[in-house]
Amino acid sequence: MGGNKKKISRRRFLIRGGVGTLGVVAIGTYLFRNPIRRKILAVADSGESPYLGSGMEPMLWFEITKENKVVLHSPKVEMGQGTFTGLAQMAADELEVDMNQISVVHAASISGNLDSFATGGSTSISSLWQPLRELAATLREMLKQEAVKRLGFEASSIKVENGVIRVGDTELTYTEIAQGVSKWEVPKTPALKAIKNYKFIGKPIPRVDLNSKVFGDPIFGMDAEMPEMLYGAVVRPNKVGAKFISADVSKAQTMPDIVKIIEEEDFVGVVAKSFTAAERAKEAIDVTWEVTENWQTDDIREMVKVGKGKAFLLQKEGDNLKDDDNLIAMEFSSPIGAHAQLEPNGVLASVEGDKVTLKMATQVVALTRKEVAKRLDVDEEKVNIIPTYLGGGFGRRLHTPHAVQAAVMSKAVGKPVKYFFSRREEFQHDLFRPPTHHQLHGKLDDQGNIAFIQHDFSSGDVAIDAAMLPGFLHGVLGTDVGAIRGGFCHYSGIPNIRTVSWHVDLPFATSWWRSLGLLANTFAWESFMDELAIRAGKNPVAFRLAHIQDDEKGNRLKAVIKAAAKKANYKDKAVNGRAMGIAASTDAGTPCAQVAEVSVVNNEIKVHKVTCAMDPGLAINPDQIRAQCEGAIIMGMSASLYEKMELVDGELTPIIYGPYEMAQMKHAPKEIDVVLLQGSDKPGAVGEPPLGPIAAAIANAVFRITGNRLTQLPLSLT
Amino acid sequence: MRISFVLNNSDTEIDLTDDTTPLLWVIRDVLGLKGTKFGCGKAACGACTLVIDGEAVRSCLYPVKFAEGKQITTIEGLGTEENPHPIQQAWIEEIVPQCGYCQSGFMMATAALLEKHQSPTDDDIDKNITNICRCATYYRMRKAIHRAVELKGTEISETEPQKS
Repeated sequence: MGGNKKKISRRRFLIRGGVGTLGVVAIGTYLFRNPIRRKILAVADSGESPYLGSGMEPMLWFEITKENKVVLHSPKVEMGQGTFTGLAQMAADELEVDMNQISVVHAASISGNLDSFATGGSTSISSLWQPLRELAATLREMLKQEAVKRLGFEASSIKVENGVIRVGDTELTYTEIAQGVSKWEVPKTPALKAIKNYKFIGKPIPRVDLNSKVFGDPIFGMDAEMPEMLYGAVVRPNKVGAKFISADVSKAQTMPDIVKIIEEEDFVGVVAKSFTAAERAKEAIDVTWEVTENWQTDDIREMVKVGKGKAFLLQKEGDNLKDDDNLIAMEFSSPIGAHAQLEPNGVLASVEGDKVTLKMATQVVALTRKEVAKRLDVDEEKVNIIPTYLGGGFGRRLHTPHAVQAAVMSKAVGKPVKYFFSRREEFQHDLFRPPTHHQLHGKLDDQGNIAFIQHDFSSGDVAIDAAMLPGFLHGVLGTDVGAIRGGFCHYSGIPNIRTVSWHVDLPFATSWWRSLGLLANTFAWESFMDELAIRAGKNPVAFRLAHIQDDEKGNRLKAVIKAAAKKANYKDKAVNGRAMGIAASTDAGTPCAQVAEVSVVNNEIKVHKVTCAMDPGLAINPDQIRAQCEGAIIMGMSASLYEKMELVDGELTPIIYGPYEMAQMKHAPKEIDVVLLQGSDKPGAVGEPPLGPIAAAIANAVFRITGNRLTQLPLSLT
Repeated sequence: MRISFVLNNSDTEIDLTDDTTPLLWVIRDVLGLKGTKFGCGKAACGACTLVIDGEAVRSCLYPVKFAEGKQITTIEGLGTEENPHPIQQAWIEEIVPQCGYCQSGFMMATAALLEKHQSPTDDDIDKNITNICRCATYYRMRKAIHRAVELKGTEISETEPQKS
């Protein structure tokens, strides 16, 4: 195998040369001249974001194996959202291979195929929809061209199916073709097939990682191993804002199985022969921390208040709201939320001279590579990040600087070091979902329609100061692109709308949590809409529909509201102690409506059934979209009914599952009914939008049973 | 100290200096079976669940010395791709896993449940399956548990005629 005229480097072929596969490089056909600006606009507009390739260099996308199978190297990571399966479907359809002929692996950073953005924002499928199919079609045409050359037939007379090219009785497999090529010619991007001609796109194909996950294969970062691997641990403070002063390591030094205590300017680490030995030694290190303030939950609640900090006007339609007697006002709030993903953050690092290898679960491959290279003072190209499957992402792995600490420890001992968080560290050093506070003001006109509406919300940081985003982004946009998700008014038929975001700095890190601001903002919005409908004496479904304009976005939102209400057989009153609540949202271009059927027994809220209608556009894999809805509904329920972090005397608490209450099997609704609409011929966001409506849907149902308007998450009647 | 047990139907003997090490780490790091996961280290999440003498055990707090003489099954011993256990087959049919990290623990907890309750009710499932899944795949897991019971029933009725 060799390169082609566009100087495909030999190195890229050598990557897999040792394991009996043939390298085939397809060149990225889509380069963004000004990705940052486009991204800003796209994010600000809709939460969407394009795939951001990392430059002009060729990248490894596909390999053809000796068994005539194709390996797709994915720049997006698999954290449960089903992206690998969707990408495999998209590639297989254009490549003309069967689903059992394609597998997906995480692209190692050394392959050049790394996304300079991240895996997040429900954008993996939508951003790769066009480029990946084009790449696959290009590779198929490259193979066809070679076959034509080899066999000497007209291109029009050949048939391609299941990775085999046929002309009359002559057959050549992709492997046979690829083996004979010394110089590839890359054609112009071929036309893509019509969607109706796809065999796999649109079908409920089983997940490509299903067997690995059912038979316990070692696919996660925690499972990674290297010869002579040691275990690392890093001392972290229990209190918020604690500054490292000094450490007495004398006791830890003498403990069994300790290899080395590492004292850096910014952290103290332990390397030992086992995880338990490293943990025990870590506990034995006596650190002096400087703590200037012992924060309490109430301090934070006081800080996160509309009216405090910096205000930014996000939305301005029509006239300003005027203070008068008929103004309806309500306040809502949500607590600090933990990610609580089951696989702790961790990394296996190996530093040998200037060769750095990291195996880890991360949503930010490019950023992590950059941070490690900088700390070790090596070229970024020398740092190879081999992403593993993620034992949950949910935004928690959109910054993974612990890779730097593991690399420093590995360098210090000259052996690979595996380092991961304890559960206490996970809970106390999470990058939390920020607490929020919301004020809504509205006024009904004589016909019971909304004349004015204003949403003010305050939130800790989501995107501001996020390592993933360039620092100037905040300055350009003036607001937090994460906290505003779901904050806008989507009821386009209301003549006068104001949305104002308020920003405060919190003493602990808050960041991306699946769906960002959507969960809390939609809780506030849709509870208030419910209240307005009741005050107007109207059915909440009809009331919502009456305030949405007949444009494309509006019609899609209306369609999901109607579909959810119809499928649930929505009733606007309690029957035999059960009631339904409805709520809707549009997130990253995907509208979603949910009806929750709820009862209250001994003040405990029980969710029996959730009906969900969502329109993510073209459904690449309807089964996995349903799975995302089911999971998001229960995760959203968990956050709505049970979860909250507190600050007690400076410590974030609880520090363990159980006390950090979460939904379990017994809480999950026995019935979840998902209706998928496809209001666009392109795939849209899936993973986060269905988290929006659930909190308000439950609260609105509770109101119909008890008459209590619940305004705080987690929802509680006691 | 030498400790012997039966792991996935194989006689296993290990020699450890620290016999208080949790069984989880012995299984993962000494014996190299990575299907059993670390989640919390406090027996609170169930990611490390094994079946020991028919009981679901959270192995992250289970000192290895207590494993002496016991029958231990991990996810690797439950079934294989060629010969999946009915629970695994049900998990495949219902396409349960998302991120997948907690799934071994849930399947092992289910294995212990089905040893006690041949046909568990929803209530039995709620009381016995108390692991945590952050992707919240509970809805499909419940379906898969019921499906596993059906598959197990088929298995028994297929083998019964040979016994009689």
